[in-house]
Amino acid sequence: MRMTINGRAIETEEGATILEIAHQNGFRIPTLCHMESLIPTGFCRMCVVEVQGLENPVTACNTQALDGMVIETDTAKIREIRKEVLQFMLVKHPLDCPVCDKGGECDLQDYVYEYGIQKADYQVDAPVKEYKTYSTPAIKYHPNRCILCSRCIRTCREIVGREVLDLKETGFDTRVEAVKPERCISCGECLAACPVGALTENVSSIKGRIWQTKRVSTVCGYCGVGCNLEANVVGNRMIKVTTKEGLGTNNGVLCVKGRFGYEFVNSPERLRTPLIRDNGKLREASWDEALTYVSRKLREIKEKNGPDSIAGLASARVTCEENYLFQKFIRAAIGTNNIDHCARL
Amino acid sequence: MVGLATTLGSGAMTNSIADLKEADVLLVTGSNTTETHPVIGMLLRNRARFHGAKIIVVDPRKIDLVEEADLWLQPKPGDDIAWLNGLAHIIIKENLYNKPFIDQHTESFEAVKERVSRYTPEFVEKITGIPKDQLIKAARMYGSAKNAAILYCMGITQHSKGTDGVKAISNLALLCGQLGKPGSGVNPLRGQNNVQGACDMGCLPTVYPGYQGVALKELRDKFESHWGVSLSEKPGLTVVEMSEAAYEGKIKAVYIMGENPMVTDPDLSHLKKAYAKLELLVVQDIFLTESAQVAHVVLPSLSFLEKDGAFVNTERRVQRVRKALNGPEGARADWEIICDLSSTFGYPMNYGGPEEIFEEIRKVTPQYAGITYSRLESGGIQWPCPDTNHPGTPILHKGKIVRGKGLFVPVDYTPPPEVPDKDYPFILSTGRDYYHYHAGSMTRKVRLLNEMCPESLVEINPSDADKLGIKEGDQARIVSRRGDFVSKVKITDKVSSGVVFAKFHFAEAPVNLLTNTVLDPESKIPDLKFSTVRVEKFSG
Repeated sequence: MRMTINGRAIETEEGATILEIAHQNGFRIPTLCHMESLIPTGFCRMCVVEVQGLENPVTACNTQALDGMVIETDTAKIREIRKEVLQFMLVKHPLDCPVCDKGGECDLQDYVYEYGIQKADYQVDAPVKEYKTYSTPAIKYHPNRCILCSRCIRTCREIVGREVLDLKETGFDTRVEAVKPERCISCGECLAACPVGALTENVSSIKGRIWQTKRVSTVCGYCGVGCNLEANVVGNRMIKVTTKEGLGTNNGVLCVKGRFGYEFVNSPERLRTPLIRDNGKLREASWDEALTYVSRKLREIKEKNGPDSIAGLASARVTCEENYLFQKFIRAAIGTNNIDHCARL
Repeated sequence: MVGLATTLGSGAMTNSIADLKEADVLLVTGSNTTETHPVIGMLLRNRARFHGAKIIVVDPRKIDLVEEADLWLQPKPGDDIAWLNGLAHIIIKENLYNKPFIDQHTESFEAVKERVSRYTPEFVEKITGIPKDQLIKAARMYGSAKNAAILYCMGITQHSKGTDGVKAISNLALLCGQLGKPGSGVNPLRGQNNVQGACDMGCLPTVYPGYQGVALKELRDKFESHWGVSLSEKPGLTVVEMSEAAYEGKIKAVYIMGENPMVTDPDLSHLKKAYAKLELLVVQDIFLTESAQVAHVVLPSLSFLEKDGAFVNTERRVQRVRKALNGPEGARADWEIICDLSSTFGYPMNYGGPEEIFEEIRKVTPQYAGITYSRLESGGIQWPCPDTNHPGTPILHKGKIVRGKGLFVPVDYTPPPEVPDKDYPFILSTGRDYYHYHAGSMTRKVRLLNEMCPESLVEINPSDADKLGIKEGDQARIVSRRGDFVSKVKITDKVSSGVVFAKFHFAEAPVNLLTNTVLDPESKIPDLKFSTVRVEKFSG
């Protein structure tokens, strides 16, 4: 089918939304409540566009594109509507970006800046609410910052299948609440879905702005699903784990261990020096001493009892390269096939 | 792994995580998916809730996934072969099997047909307690599905007849032609981040990297020429056999890299005695684990966040692990330690880094030949990947079973090696918790995870708790022929009467003091899912 976006003729397949076709063809339409993996709702109305022949603008995320449509995504009228949408969000959402964890990577912050909003035009005399207890100790909820896009609620329902969250009350008191907290598994998918700073991580005591943070794309070290994640590092401290939609077979989804289970790495109990048992007690030793000791003992045992008196346990936790070298060491250097790991456990 | 290697020619998960989305029916057995593979668990929930996929759970425990299931069959632990043969029986009897597929792609169908003929729904009900109507319903659901995938995990394999259980699963998939296409297959979910990689790399006593048998002369020749030494043709010992050999004084030295057998292995008190007899126990780890505490030498290593390399996930996908942090000063990457040790020992190993090691892996491992670090920059690649233009293999057995023909193998139910009696009337089964991981070396050091799941809770059915006078929050002593431990109790109908369930992450409540070292004769996997115990109220 054919359609026109911002004056450009487009040839495309049927069955997609205006937003999808616009994105595929390089047109940018702002969104807040939309996520590719969620059923579109049109809640936030940031994605409004004009369709020739229709009196009112439509939301692009949940309007199907039809043959012959002529669409404008960035007219003065549309920009005014989006500004109003943002102004309504700012009624409640404080401009507290300097103290917000999300500062620097917040969709709302970016749009407010992009649309040239200088201050919140509408004031309502409502009490400022403190953050309240969330369903998991891993996450803080700041009701004033919440723009009620419902991404957290829908993610919990549609992706995680737990239905922990829902909207409660009406009007200015509308907020997200854990209506079934007993079903929460602390996976943090709601946190990852929040486009603003209404949900923030409550695990790491150290925080870092995006521009101070090194993000390293790697693979989770826990179960066999092999979820892709980004390790966020400030200085030499792990401060959090992030993901994004489309990353890895997990498509940006993680569980509690993948998202919040990294604290061990900074643990003061980490081993820092080789240890050798002397008179029944482990004492510190240099690498040289430890490796020479192990090598000498292995040689003695091999010479006295043969290579099959030595065995190695490799690991389902370390890398392929390390496992390869380990079995090579056991087979080629020691000379035995006594090599296994915990696949059976 | 041994089971599928025999029947299909490859022991790995046949299909991909993403293509589970194509399945109309998902048969999940012996896998507590939402807790042990949470992101796959989420996918299953999503398919059931929003896309009409039917889920059949077969598990002695009322796992969380049961709430999404169209059907939950509850056999007793250890009864898998009976109900699996029962499903095959019904599918054959009701003519739901895929005759063209069987003719073209399999052999020995008649043998299985004959063997399962006595596994009538009535007979199976008598063994397993699964009502025959439910079994028939499950058979019809799986047998008439367009695409049906089987997912399983240690609940099937950690039994003294685990390999036969896997063969029975394989028979079922072959029977219905559910192989080699999206949304189908036989999918063993691998438990650990790189268990697939460790197997691929030949960390097994019978095979070199790429599952190339040590007993075959031509393969041994190949590795001898690559590694420049002569190699032993004698297959080695498996993990539990090693401990037994150590106990008997045949093994004098054990070198453990990144594992914690003193928590994860069966019959821990026996293991402790075995380790005490060693002349040398080396443990290389990031913490002073329970195993490191009894070692002669401890070598500090780095975690996955502190080094480069590759992990292979459950779907055979080789993915890059990237260094994000510098490790603690003094600790070294496992590969560096091995290189130095090997060179000191007199077999020099000099590698500039993980990529250079990976290049050597590619040369000797046919499945990895086409995988390079630069290709992995744009995402993981699923082996087999024979050359650098090959896109990788999301689905095994496409068009042709890897083995040539899929082999039907008749298997029989036999009662477990221990059966409940007057002194040990309960069946003890073990498993994992969502908030913790394996030996707990990592997760027990994460404040949040300990807050969410602070301690061991042994699950017991309300009727049994009643009889024993045990109340919620009480402590109980669980005793087997091998040992005992004390744990807080959780009263729940997740387990049926006569069964107790414990999680093995807790070094302070080590359930593996009780578990059985009896091994499956082929896979050598210990029967961690079935020991007989008694339960006593504990007030200490």
